[in-house]
Order: sequence, then C-alpha cells, then structure tokens
Amino acid sequence: MPYPTDRKYTKEHEWITPDGAIGITTYAQDSLGDIVFVELPKVGTEITTGKSFGTVESVKAVSDLYAPVSGTVTAVNEALATAPEQVNKDAHGSWMIKITPKNPEEQNALLSAADYDKFVSEEAGH
Amino acid sequence: MSVAEASPSIVPKNVRKTALNAVHRQMGAKMVEFNGWDMPVEYPASIGCGIVNEHMAVRTGVGVFDVSHMGDIRLAGREALAAVQHISMNDASRLAIGQAQYSALLYPQGTFVDDIIVHRLGEDEYLLVINAGTREKDFSWVRDNTRQFDCKLEHLSDDFTQIAIQGPKAVDLLQKLTDANLSAVKFYWVTRGTLSGLKNILLGRTGYTAEDGFEIYIPSDEDTSARVWYEILEAGKDFGVVPCGLGARNTLRLEGNLSLYGHEISDTINVWEAGLDRFCKMEKPDFIGRAALEQAKAAGLKKTLVGLEMIDRGIARDGYKVLDAGGREIGYVTSGSPAPFLKKNIALAYVPTEQAAIGNTLLVEIRGQGVKAQVVPAPFYKRPKKT
Repeated sequence: MPYPTDRKYTKEHEWITPDGAIGITTYAQDSLGDIVFVELPKVGTEITTGKSFGTVESVKAVSDLYAPVSGTVTAVNEALATAPEQVNKDAHGSWMIKITPKNPEEQNALLSAADYDKFVSEEAGH
Repeated sequence: MSVAEASPSIVPKNVRKTALNAVHRQMGAKMVEFNGWDMPVEYPASIGCGIVNEHMAVRTGVGVFDVSHMGDIRLAGREALAAVQHISMNDASRLAIGQAQYSALLYPQGTFVDDIIVHRLGEDEYLLVINAGTREKDFSWVRDNTRQFDCKLEHLSDDFTQIAIQGPKAVDLLQKLTDANLSAVKFYWVTRGTLSGLKNILLGRTGYTAEDGFEIYIPSDEDTSARVWYEILEAGKDFGVVPCGLGARNTLRLEGNLSLYGHEISDTINVWEAGLDRFCKMEKPDFIGRAALEQAKAAGLKKTLVGLEMIDRGIARDGYKVLDAGGREIGYVTSGSPAPFLKKNIALAYVPTEQAAIGNTLLVEIRGQGVKAQVVPAPFYKRPKKT
C-alpha cells in the first residue's frame, strides 16, 4: 500500500504534514470500517504528544485520536462533522485538524512512509 | 488512534473456527474473536460490503451469514415435551410438529441461563438452538435439569454448519436451491427439503435480523459448507446478495430490539425486566424460575429495558451510564450503535421504571458529558407487512 511521502506517520496510525495538518491513515480507516462520527477539539486547544485530542467512531467501535506532536490547534475540518465518511473515501486527503507545532523538530522522530508501511505490514501479520 | 480490530492472519490458539473460516478469510473478511470464536465482523468494501452496506442489503434485498457458532441440543423420547416444559419458559405444548418458538432457559431466580429457539421436529423430538458463548453451560444445564425425564439428550452443535439467509429477497434466493415449497412455510416454522443436492436438510423460517428469512442446517464438513455458501452467493447475484458479518448482525438485531445474551439478558436480569413477558407462560405447568418470577411480579418492577434515541450529537455504546435530566446516574446502556437503516443513533438501556415513559428525556454519559436522549418505543424497526 503506497503511503504519501510528503508527511510523517505514527504507530497510532496518524499522519502529520510539515505544515501541521493531521489525519488518520488508510490502514486506520480500513481497520475501523464505516466511520460515522469524528469529534475534534476547538481552535486554540493545546494538544500534547501521545495524548488524545479527539475521537473517531465507526459503526462498531470508538477510537481515540492521538497527537503525533505537541502544538496549538489553528483549524478544524468542519466538513467532517456532517460527512465523516469522507475519511473512508480519502483518508490521506482528509485532514482533521491543523496545528502550529510547539517544536518543529519533534516531527523528525516520527515514521517515514516506508517505515510506516513496514510497521503496518507487521501489525497485520503479513 | 488505536486499531484494536485488526485481523491477525493466524487464528489465536484456543479460538474455535467454523467450517467456513477459510472461506471468510479468502473473501477478505475482517475477523474478530467473538465468544471464543474466530468470526467475520465484516467483509471488505472492495466487494460492496462493510457493516452499513451489509445491513442495508438485509433490509432491502438479501444477506448471508455464517452462524455456525450457534449451538444445537436435541431432546427426543417419551418425555421430551415434559423435559422441555420444565427448562423452558415458553409453552412448548402449543407447538405443532414443524413449529418453533422463542424462549429462554432460566435459573431458579428467574434470570437467564440463555435465550433459545425451541423447534418441534417430530412427535417427541425437539431441537434447542442456543448461543455460541453459552454452549457448554447450556448443555450442562439442560442435562442436569432433565435427568428425571425419559428422553435422550444430544449435543449436536458441531454437526451443523448453520447459515442464515435474511432479507425481503431471502425466500426468492433460497427457493432457487431447494425443492421445498418455502412460501408455504410460515414465520417460525420449519420444513425439510433437498438443498444444493443435499437430502433432508432442515430449513427454518427464523432469524436474528428483524427481517424475513431462513436459517439452514447443513453438514459441517468444510467442503460441503463452502460449496453451499458459494452456491447461495451465486444464486443471489440477481438479488444483490452480500455476505454479512457479526457487525451487521448486531446492528440489525438492535434495530429490531432482539436481545443479546450478556447485554440485554444475563444471569442478573429477570424476564420482566427484560420485557420478554410475552414469551413467558406463567399459566403452563411449573418450570424452573417460575416461583421467583411470581414473587418478582408481586414485588413490582424496579428497572426495565427501554429504547433510547439520541437527540444531541453522540453515540451511546454498550456500558455507558444513563443519567436523569438532573445528571444523577440511574442506569446503563446494554447495546448502543448508529442504526444504519434508521439513520439515527439508538440504544437499549436499563432505567428505573419511573423513568421509562415514552418521550422522557434522559442523558447518556459520553466521554464525561451528558448527551441528551429520549425514551422511544422498541423495536425501533418493524419490517413492513407483506401486501
């Protein structure tokens, strides 16, 4: 599965672009199934690395969204409130929040597309 | 986020598999452990599946489920009826040969060992269909409590692959594969016929989807099971048939207010609380649990199962707290989910009887917030009457 190389990934299946847009991966949306609800923080909220910043719900399950890095929320994708299924259709094109990172260098420690691909292949047991 | 639902390609040890396990994996189903069984939760979007599509197929067309994890107990002999009457809360003496009824096995406290379907297959022959997670417990219970009766008991759970064909097009689909006259079989009746070349197959017009359909019981060898599964899918192509997993099975039964063991019913919930009065026949000869139920009725009902529909944004889930309008904890959600056909967020919950009036506004605690919900009639969905 090709993962875009213009961003970094976490083992919790989030991605973050260099300009601070955050979403979940294709692997994550596929594992969740039909997404019916996305709960996101308000603009101005401080998010902290590894801590929950929101929730995504599919028909069958509730999952926390974990911050890939620390920062302050500058924008929220309001379209997902009424069309959460967009995440199923285009996970890598559906950003959830945008942040101003607290420390821009924090992203360097995250997974590259190739490393993430390898990680999910192992997680899926292939 | 956490992906707890990912399907391992190797079945964990001590988890049981149905004869169709390899078929599910080959079709790309997402597998989960359910009550000790490795079962499909949903099939992939690439073949038109996913919980929502599977759910909608059953409401508007037809879907096929592997429900071989369900168990089967056969009672036969001179006192088989007396034995069934003793352990089952419904009145089996009302069953004609070929007829079935929903019932439950009760503890002396009037709470649930399990809910079951009782089929009368012959003059003195009954088949109890029981839940996957309670197979061994149920069999021991039935064995220990029917010793005094002259009847033979057999645990047939591993003898059958049980497949459910459900939806308004289920009869049309299945009729293509059998010589039995299916339209002559009424709801909760069974027949036998040749199916896909297999003789004398039991076909029951039953299900767990609040929709029309059949459940069929075929030999449990892998080759036969796979062959029939694929023949059903092939025969259903014109009707848009899809394979369905436990995810859709759960949302379908929830829309129809059908109880799930361990959720709406359990060893701590009694028949009156669960609202299953119409399947409990107090006027029939004594049965296990009857005395306690009589006392419970006289004492009055403290809590009761209600349907909830979320008013504000939020999804109630199993185990969430129910609060009164003032924020005081008064009950809990037994099952909650988005309802794909109704396009609402619904739940079943236990609340004190004085809070159970239709239209009453309550709160469901979702991640620390009280989210508004309303008591509504259950079932949430009733299938349209045939014209």
